[in-house]
Amino acid sequence: MTDPPTRLLRAGGDLLRRLAEPQELRPGGSHAGRHCASGWLSVTVLCEPDDVREDALPGPLAILVDRIEVRVRPAPADKGTELSVRFRDRPPRASLPRRLVGDDPEAELRSALRRSKQLIEVGEVLVVDPAPHGQRPATPTGMVVESWTRAAPGGGVR
Amino acid sequence: MRAVTWRGVNEIGVEDVPEPTILNGHDVILEVGLSATCGSDLHLVGGYVPTMRAGDVLGHEFMGTVVEVGAAVTRHAVGDRVVVVSFTSCGKCWYCRQELYSLCDNGNANPGITEALWGQAIGGCYGYSHALGGWAGSHARYIRVPYADQGAFAIPDGVSDERALFASDAAPTGWTGADLAGVAPGDVVAVWGAGGVGQMAARAAMLKGAERVVVIDRLAERLGQVETHIGAETLDYSKVDVPGELRELSGGRGPDVCIEAVGMEAHGLGPSYLYDQVKQQLRLQTDRPTAVREAIYACRKGGTVFTLGVFAGLVDKFPLGAVMNKGLTLRGAQQHGHRYVPEILERMSRDEVRTEHLATHVMSLEDGPAGYRMFKGKDDGCVRAVFRPGD
Ligand SMILES: NC(=O)c1ccc[n+]([C@@H]2O[C@H](COP(=O)([O-])OP(=O)(O)OC[C@H]3O[C@@H](n4cnc5c(N)ncnc54)[C@H](O)[C@@H]3O)[C@@H](O)[C@H]2O)c1
Ligand SMILES: [Zn+2]
Ligand SMILES: [Zn+2]
Repeated sequence: MTDPPTRLLRAGGDLLRRLAEPQELRPGGSHAGRHCASGWLSVTVLCEPDDVREDALPGPLAILVDRIEVRVRPAPADKGTELSVRFRDRPPRASLPRRLVGDDPEAELRSALRRSKQLIEVGEVLVVDPAPHGQRPATPTGMVVESWTRAAPGGGVR
Repeated sequence: MRAVTWRGVNEIGVEDVPEPTILNGHDVILEVGLSATCGSDLHLVGGYVPTMRAGDVLGHEFMGTVVEVGAAVTRHAVGDRVVVVSFTSCGKCWYCRQELYSLCDNGNANPGITEALWGQAIGGCYGYSHALGGWAGSHARYIRVPYADQGAFAIPDGVSDERALFASDAAPTGWTGADLAGVAPGDVVAVWGAGGVGQMAARAAMLKGAERVVVIDRLAERLGQVETHIGAETLDYSKVDVPGELRELSGGRGPDVCIEAVGMEAHGLGPSYLYDQVKQQLRLQTDRPTAVREAIYACRKGGTVFTLGVFAGLVDKFPLGAVMNKGLTLRGAQQHGHRYVPEILERMSRDEVRTEHLATHVMSLEDGPAGYRMFKGKDDGCVRAVFRPGD
């Protein structure tokens, strides 16, 4: 996975991370964010806890069911239901730049979790492409944006 | 179909692009009647929003006629004349239910990008980069509108296309600022920026019962529009000391509410402007916060400062000491238009909100590059260039 767009993308993620969150300002410095001990990825879904059943998960999570653990609990106040998932084999966490651009083992899970939330809340998964666009010359920055966009559904801070 | 596209930094094109099709049940396809340029586009044109791709169709302020309807759409039919909010919001998630529509969890298929930038992803917006969802914009003959039951609003019969157009973005943005900043009867409100957004924020503040509303800019034609069409007072910051004047006209207190409608490319005077320019060009800061700094300085103790102007990342020399010690409330938002459009359309039909004057230059899509050039340069009194794709 070190074709030129991927390398560019990682460099882009790194640059962006520095820009958005100067490393030296983060508590714990460069190690912060590397260990999220429990490994859970969570979203809050606006529904009743009974609407998310482990034996009847939405499609994107159902196909992963043998490889994941699932935790469901009510969110405080009126915020709905907290849905958390993690891989049973708990792969080591990738670095923040790799997670940000979805270049890590958990990207698949992040994306499945987001799509599942949409299915429960809206009933459909939002589709953007094919979106009308004009000529797209293969420039280096254009390739970074394109690779990042392709990876963005699975990228994230956690 | 023809469309106005982003080709690169400071490069706008007109080219052939495929027509959109329905991809989700909640979509409609709209034949665009009018589509406006917005100050937010200038941040894309200038290269300050880093996730644009050559060929992206621009435009997020638009109205038109429904020509095709998805299977799940219940509120619209072919032939309806509608105006569409620039944010693509689902109406079903917790944020939408709180009426914080631009924070929608389900309107942006690329959430990883803004999550990386800001820690949480925000919603999607038409024609506004891949960070905000990669949606094709409205400077084209047709546009696909997702979540159409939520984001498209029927235009009342008595309201013209030219007026309704601005219920898409400029007006609801102004309403977002005045409402969420808590403008109340008797308030003194100052608004930085006399573009479409600043003018609409001023109008919203007046309709909320503000005692005095003052709009600050340096462009004479725009200040003239504020006086003639909005009915607010004005200050020319190139000629007067703005905080001093504001203090004087508010009995020494300073404005209760300060609304900033300028954004990350603010113009300024003196050495600090040069400093901000250099730092922004070197990418040591991403945004120039000139007007926000002035608003914080001018605001009365315990008052509210609201940033409607778009910022992308980091700013420098931010007067946090004044925010803390003066006990200010600092707030900002992308527009939560779905919440305000019904009221705005109703007020438009009663002539309480007039917006036609913002469309200073109406032209065809083929004139896209010239339109953006005029709008960016504020040439010939241009307040918003508006495209009519049917021409
Ligand atoms: N929050 C939202 O949802 C939302 C929606 C639309 C636009 N916006 C943002 O609002 C801002 C204004 O949009 P617009 O369409 O009116 O833009 P515009 O470019 O037409 O107007 C900006 C105005 O600010 C003036 N200005 C520049 N520096 C100034 C300063 N230091 N003090 C006072 N005035 C100054 C300019 O002369 C100009 O008249 C932009 O940043 C845009 O991105 C935000
Ligand atoms: Zn806008
Ligand atoms: Zn939503």
